[in-house]
Amino acid sequence: MSKNSEMRTPLSRVRGLGAAKEGTEHFWLQRLSAIALIPLIIWFVVSIASLAGADYAEARLFFASPVAAILMLLLLIVGFVHLKLGIQVIVEDYIHGEALKISLLILNTLICFGLGLACIFAVLKLSFGA
Amino acid sequence: MAEAQKRIERPLSPHLQIYRWPLTMLLSILHRMSGVGAGLGTLLLTWWLIATVTGPEAYEQVQVCMGSILGRLILFGFSLSLIFHTLNGVRHLVWDVGRGFEIRNATLSGWLVVVLTFILTALAWTYGLRMWGGEL
Repeated sequence: MSKNSEMRTPLSRVRGLGAAKEGTEHFWLQRLSAIALIPLIIWFVVSIASLAGADYAEARLFFASPVAAILMLLLLIVGFVHLKLGIQVIVEDYIHGEALKISLLILNTLICFGLGLACIFAVLKLSFGA
Repeated sequence: MAEAQKRIERPLSPHLQIYRWPLTMLLSILHRMSGVGAGLGTLLLTWWLIATVTGPEAYEQVQVCMGSILGRLILFGFSLSLIFHTLNGVRHLVWDVGRGFEIRNATLSGWLVVVLTFILTALAWTYGLRMWGGEL
């Protein structure tokens, strides 16, 4: 056997990812977002509880604060990424029909992206319009 | 003959009708379910944010819906899911660094999560209902 009998290209070997074409990104991003969400969720639950029964002016006043707007944007971005990854795992685990599985995965990505963008737009408009 | 028919006492495999779920098993599936619950809650959050940016009438509509019995029930489910998922998520993160896998510790941390979930949810609602004007 010659030294060059290796079928994989040097680049492929360096990447070390094999046929799956991806490594631990999903796992890592889910954990990273989970850690970031801990303080953000605590802030969110307290804020929403304090906004219970707030009238329109009070709600607008809440978003007028740059700190509240920034924390809300962080929560939305990280939260929707975490949600997308989580639902993806559930679909991959329980749905075995290929057509349905791929359809649901696409739907999941689109819905999370759409809802996330709608929320972010609303927070930005509330914040800048305050 | 009679002896041959005598029932041999063999160990039974887990009997599905009387099988008690260990806490760790219950919390494992509840983690996924609460994740979905918190995910569904983002629909409420989106509605609320869009309504707030739309104007006072739309905002008032959301407040009335959320203030109804059904609305509060849904909000309660959302908060319970979110708080449980966050607490149990910390448990998962501890496992991810390779700690707390012993059966005793996994069960103990499970109970801790259950108790904290109820305490923190109750605290959040006590605070929220006070802000709401005190009426239950």
